[in-house]
Amino acid sequence: MKLTYEPVIGLEIHGELLTNSKMFCSCSADYASAPEPNVNICPVCTGLPGALPVANKKATELAALVGLALNCSINKHNTFARKNYFYPDLPKGYQISQYELPIAERGWMDVTSPLTPLLLGEGLGAREQLRVRVRRVHIEEDTAKLSHEKNYALVDFNRAGVPLLEIVSEPDMRTVEAALDYTTKIRAILRYLGVNSGDMEKGVLRFEANVSVRPVGSEELRTRTEIKNLNSFRALTRAAQYEIERQIKIYEAGGEVIQETLGWDDARGVTTSQRSKEDAHDYRYFPEPDLPPLKLSDAWIDSIRKRLPELPEAKTSRFISDFGLTPSEARFLTSELSLANYFEAVLSKSKSSAKAVHSWIAGELMRTLNESNLSIDELTLSPESFAKLIDMTTNKIISGNSAKVVFNEMVKAGGDPEQIVKEKNLAQVSDENLIQEIVTKILDDNPSEIEKYHAGKETLLQWFVGQAARATKGKADPALTKELMLKGLEERRK
Amino acid sequence: MNHLTIQELRQLLITKQISSVELTRATLQRIREADAKVQSYVTVTDELALEQAKRADERIAKNENVTPLTGIPFAMKDCISTRGVRTTCSSKILESYIPQYDATVTNKLNDAGAVLVGKTNMDEFGMGSSTENSAFPATKNPWDLTRVPGGSSGGSAAALSANLATFAIGEDTGGSVRQPASFCGVTGIKPTYGRVSRYGLISLVSSFDSIGPFARDAYDCATVLEHIAGHDEKDSTTYQSPVPNYTSTINKPVKGMKLGIPKEYFVAGMDAGVESAIQEAIRQYEKLGMEIHEVSLPHTKYGLPVYYLLLFAEASSNLARFDGTRFGLSVSENAKDAIDIYLQTRRAGFGDEVKRRMMLGAYALSAGYYDAYYLKAQKVRTLLRRDFESAFASCDVLLAPISPTTAFKIGEKTDDPLEMYLSDIYTVATNPAGVPALALPCGFSKDMPVGLQLIGKHLDEATLFQVGHAYQQVTDWHKKLPPL
Amino acid sequence: MTQTIDTQTVKHIANLVRLGISEEEAQTFSGQFSSIIDYFNLLNEADTENVPPASDLANAENVLREDEVKPSMSREEFLKNAPNSEGGYVKVLTVLEGQ
Ligand SMILES: [Mg+2]
Ligand SMILES: [Zn+2]
Repeated sequence: MKLTYEPVIGLEIHGELLTNSKMFCSCSADYASAPEPNVNICPVCTGLPGALPVANKKATELAALVGLALNCSINKHNTFARKNYFYPDLPKGYQISQYELPIAERGWMDVTSPLTPLLLGEGLGAREQLRVRVRRVHIEEDTAKLSHEKNYALVDFNRAGVPLLEIVSEPDMRTVEAALDYTTKIRAILRYLGVNSGDMEKGVLRFEANVSVRPVGSEELRTRTEIKNLNSFRALTRAAQYEIERQIKIYEAGGEVIQETLGWDDARGVTTSQRSKEDAHDYRYFPEPDLPPLKLSDAWIDSIRKRLPELPEAKTSRFISDFGLTPSEARFLTSELSLANYFEAVLSKSKSSAKAVHSWIAGELMRTLNESNLSIDELTLSPESFAKLIDMTTNKIISGNSAKVVFNEMVKAGGDPEQIVKEKNLAQVSDENLIQEIVTKILDDNPSEIEKYHAGKETLLQWFVGQAARATKGKADPALTKELMLKGLEERRK
Repeated sequence: MNHLTIQELRQLLITKQISSVELTRATLQRIREADAKVQSYVTVTDELALEQAKRADERIAKNENVTPLTGIPFAMKDCISTRGVRTTCSSKILESYIPQYDATVTNKLNDAGAVLVGKTNMDEFGMGSSTENSAFPATKNPWDLTRVPGGSSGGSAAALSANLATFAIGEDTGGSVRQPASFCGVTGIKPTYGRVSRYGLISLVSSFDSIGPFARDAYDCATVLEHIAGHDEKDSTTYQSPVPNYTSTINKPVKGMKLGIPKEYFVAGMDAGVESAIQEAIRQYEKLGMEIHEVSLPHTKYGLPVYYLLLFAEASSNLARFDGTRFGLSVSENAKDAIDIYLQTRRAGFGDEVKRRMMLGAYALSAGYYDAYYLKAQKVRTLLRRDFESAFASCDVLLAPISPTTAFKIGEKTDDPLEMYLSDIYTVATNPAGVPALALPCGFSKDMPVGLQLIGKHLDEATLFQVGHAYQQVTDWHKKLPPL
Repeated sequence: MTQTIDTQTVKHIANLVRLGISEEEAQTFSGQFSSIIDYFNLLNEADTENVPPASDLANAENVLREDEVKPSMSREEFLKNAPNSEGGYVKVLTVLEGQ
């Protein structure tokens, strides 16, 4: 019998912390907007002889905040350590990191995943809720940036020493989708906390995946490989999927997987061996003697805990229970804090249902944002005006079609929806007598279509309703029109 | 006037009997004459010194911001960064390195108006006890040019002893101020770890390194330490507490104070001449009315392995930044890639002792050996600290020898690294414990100076100066000059 | 118990600290290291049961810096010491993969 394999995936997430200055010196951490290479530098971040590190207070606070958001315990006594290796992007010959005692440990994150052993792309299937353990959250410093030329590299130390957070999971994920959900959720949390922009294209968030496979039912941990520098969700899922299949093929052929560090070649869609990083694997960690241990009091930890905002998971539950949204509607709205905030702002000004507001946001608003490549923060449409417009459709003052016209106008040029409706003469016709007149005229004008309808071609109803809408330039109340049209058609059946 | 103390010169300067320019010229002249023999300086900063002296004279003339160090010529160990002045650590790898920034100590001395006359020779990166492990010619002991001045701050001690500066800045990681002070017959202090900023000091052992001055007597040492000590926001390991005014309490009588004699420091192996000088000093203190107590530091024998293991480990990491890419020597001939440059540069740039220690450090930290060596040493280090804590529960200050012998012959111990390590036996335990220690000349053995050390409680340099000063009020060993 | 550090180990640790050494040097160091390490084994005698490592004992208060940006050093001065630079960057050889 052929074995079925299940993947075992663990993830490391490196996220830069949004501080003004670097982790261990007072240089600007904003390397992305530095006009030139090597302008945010000092003896400390370029590793000059005799320079010493001093830890950034804000970075420590942000790290603890993330630890708490990921349900970790904060280590009241935590220490910095040196990770020793040589590389042209590492000025001191060691990276200051945390090793034995990180700032936060033993947390968790709930993710949803298809039931094992479905792989990505095999369809949805049943889903399960899975708790991924977060092993540790620690502070470290980023490396310099290397630009590779033909046979040399150029080093820019503007990024060297920027505070980084490393979030390490236990190997608890059994599907690529679980890994995707885990990273997506962590990214959302980091953005909610305001500690990281989540801007993957700029490299502020990077993933590393540890992957092994084993026969389903087995509890052993087989040899794993480590895929470095995955810079997008797409790279993560493709690389993990590739690696899973590669390893399964090796086992099927009777071979053994070797433990190694891999890179991901996005263009070719394959993982590649990085042997040079292998022989330096003995990092000779030891406590950083230039930095005293960090001692955090209960009061300090409490003060950080008080800064925790409502996180995506909690917000989703509240949206479901308080507003009667479905889980998927709520998850969509809470995927970004700005979106959730906008939704709540509109809802609070509106008399319509949360569902109506959701459907406007998920529909028209998202379409517009995508088309114009804007973020919700850049939107000039005020929640008040948006709410008014939604209420006007709910109260049948204007039709859905007209509302879209008004919406586009408001996004483009702003303005008050009532005013726009008036100016464009878009108010909905709900006068039954008036609509009846139009309906009767259309029915009188089209005897052959009525015949076909009565002969069984019932889809023609929509055509009749459309004729009425055209005659009123879309202002006729569509439900009423349909009702009267149906009635007229039935009357003429005898 | 080169043999005068800071206190004496200060009087001459502020009463305008001499100018700092004259004093500096005299020092530079003396360097030209005598340093060809002693070879204590790696770099002499003639021009800069005269410029600084001129500015000091202006300060004195206007009576603006005049400190006890204004206009006083000093030498600095070549491991402390001086902006625009070559800083080599006596290593080939930094032979032509000119720092872009000043160490905090350099800044403080600048602010005080002291005059830097040059940078002094040392064992490469502080690794050695004789100043023979240098990329430059070995420094000679001014008392006998065939002997070593001690190390690693041998250049600073010899320069002071030979009157080539009025005070000198050294750095003590495991005895590197005290042992050369003893060998050269001068006074020197290793302050409490964290009392003086290490910012800009090229690290040997981050958790041991202590910058401290050499001077003609305890009073001068106190004066210099007052100016270089203190909290530094650029060094996370400095103490926040304010620096006491050491010279204001230095004259307090020592009568009734308790002097501890650690018995483990007086076992077989010490030269007879050294031992009798130390015993004589103890009798002197008895005469001054101090109570003499024998105390025990039971873990003393572990001091040496703890010290060297932690040194190797930290140094192997501290020296990683010397990789030929941003500063210093770079050997790139036929290099295929960055790794080749690392291998070649570090091979050509570091001396054998540095190589040995880096490799042993990598070994002690490497997977599988960490617990047995590095971690074990850190635990025993806690025991060493506790030894001192319990000794200080019953006494104010400890008195101990510095070295079992006087200065040895040049070349005598260079073949056997372990034997060289063993000569540090009396000085190394204080650094892992972090406590301060003052070295004082206390006699001669076969015409070579002998020194003793007074070891104090954390941050209690004031007591060390007081007890050292009391001794120097009734003895004149510190006033003896070498026959140079 | 005597622990010997053979030339193979010497070469390995030399590589960890990126130090080029010859066969001859490896042999010399091997002999020296064995006697030094042997001497260090003296520490095994010390009873460290329940003794915390000193590196964990902080003598200072928490030392943290406010998150404020201060001026940088001049790039020109920084690059003056670099053996190779180009267009404001430090120029280095890359690390070849799979060598
Ligand atoms: Mg890391
Ligand atoms: Zn910096």
